[in-house]
Amino acid sequence: MLLDAVRWIVDHPRIFLDALETHLLLSGAALALAIALAAPLGVALTRYPRAAFATINGAGAMRTIPSIAVLAIMLPFLGIGFKPSLVALTILAVPPILINTYVGVRQVDPDIVDSARGMGMTGLQSIFRVELPLAAPVMFAGIRTSAVQVIAGATLAAFIGGGGLGDFITAGIAIMDLPRLLVGAVPIALLAILTEFAFGGLERVMFRRG
Amino acid sequence: MIRLEAISKRFAPHLRPAVDDLSLDVPEGSICVLIGPSGCGKTTTMRMVNRLIEPTEGRIFVAGEDVMAMDPVALRRRIGYVIQQIGLFPHMSVADNVATVPRLLGWPRAKIETRIDELLHLVGLDPSALRARYPRELSGGQRQRVGVARALAADPPVMLMDEPFGAIDPITRTRLQNEFLKILREIRKTIIFVTHDIDEAIKMGDRIAILRDGRLVQYGTPDEILAQPADAFVEDFVGADRALKRLALVSVKDAMSADIGGEGGPEVAPDTTLRDALSLMLAKGARRARVIEGNGTQLGQLSLDAILARISDAGGPR
Repeated sequence: MLLDAVRWIVDHPRIFLDALETHLLLSGAALALAIALAAPLGVALTRYPRAAFATINGAGAMRTIPSIAVLAIMLPFLGIGFKPSLVALTILAVPPILINTYVGVRQVDPDIVDSARGMGMTGLQSIFRVELPLAAPVMFAGIRTSAVQVIAGATLAAFIGGGGLGDFITAGIAIMDLPRLLVGAVPIALLAILTEFAFGGLERVMFRRG
Repeated sequence: MIRLEAISKRFAPHLRPAVDDLSLDVPEGSICVLIGPSGCGKTTTMRMVNRLIEPTEGRIFVAGEDVMAMDPVALRRRIGYVIQQIGLFPHMSVADNVATVPRLLGWPRAKIETRIDELLHLVGLDPSALRARYPRELSGGQRQRVGVARALAADPPVMLMDEPFGAIDPITRTRLQNEFLKILREIRKTIIFVTHDIDEAIKMGDRIAILRDGRLVQYGTPDEILAQPADAFVEDFVGADRALKRLALVSVKDAMSADIGGEGGPEVAPDTTLRDALSLMLAKGARRARVIEGNGTQLGQLSLDAILARISDAGGPR
């Protein structure tokens, strides 16, 4: 059966590579967007404790919503296709990055921040030169969680016409074609594992000092 | 150099003020130690000088300028800052830590590099061995030295130090205190130094400000405070051995008489403190000691009467 799946890929390289590309593009773009949104917001929240409480709890609650539900909710508002899938995946990827950025910056020793300010760093200098570098390992762990979640979640984009490797799974189920199902399922599983390991390796290289 | 004029700080309207109508004048080139029990407002007072905390009332002048009229960031870059936990940046090497303020000030690279070596030498660290190390690879004493070097980096005329030698073992602490005083003899700085340790205050301070509940209870030289505590609180705070502490402020050579009459008695060096000399005399049951220089020549003698005279002058105990 696995062999049939491989044979299908060899016979239809274009279709497979297009789906793979869409999948990676969707995941990559969603992750990048989520970082761009969540990291600044996470840092900003450390400055506003009241807003932080509500937002962080909200983000925590959002993590409990199943990915498929998030995608389904997008459907009536944004329709189908790549863009609504991207929005849905970005929403999925935001909470871990947001929470970890907030926690990472919050756990920086207050004495260190005090000495940064006391020596004459501006608020931004303290954030970029001291707080973010020290929060980086925790932030990165959040990005890693989000990355794996998005790679897996992108599978569900197929349900709202976003494309990607999930297409093979839905098609496989629809026509009861198990090899076709595996054409989607196996690469997705491999991608998720690969992402986990790649980010893990990156983490070790980047934060070896610790 | 630093002048506090009737400053008060209330953190909330219903709380009693953390600092209450406090005035203090710190002359240029001197160390003013703020001391008192925890919660007395000493750290709050210090932090108002570089505006990490802003006073509710009153004015603060540094080198004649009203700090509230200055840009806080520019003000802080002109004031060295050392705190108890030192606050070294753990993700930066020793060299980068020391270079913090010069970089903020935009010094040219070459000048910063030279300055790093200069400062590490000054605080007794070997630049070639330690420049590239990270704070966690240093001993507590070394970290403290780096903290001092970092605060001195841009040669600020004023320094604020909050229990800078608080978190290290007593032996290293004494050594660092001595070395720091030695450094300060070469580079005059005006310093506000916070501690809760009266012995450290007596040792480091040109003047000591004793605070209680946000108010200044007494401000004077160590000798003045030990000789004439303003009230029962200060008397209790400086300790029952304040007469002995006063003796520790005077060295034998300033109390001895130049006559070399009489035999016997223990030998003391001229720069021994009167306290140690007295202890030695008590141990030997002697009423006088011979003051002997390193090369063996006798300079004079120290009598018990001379020591007593030292304690009872300037008013003596109440």
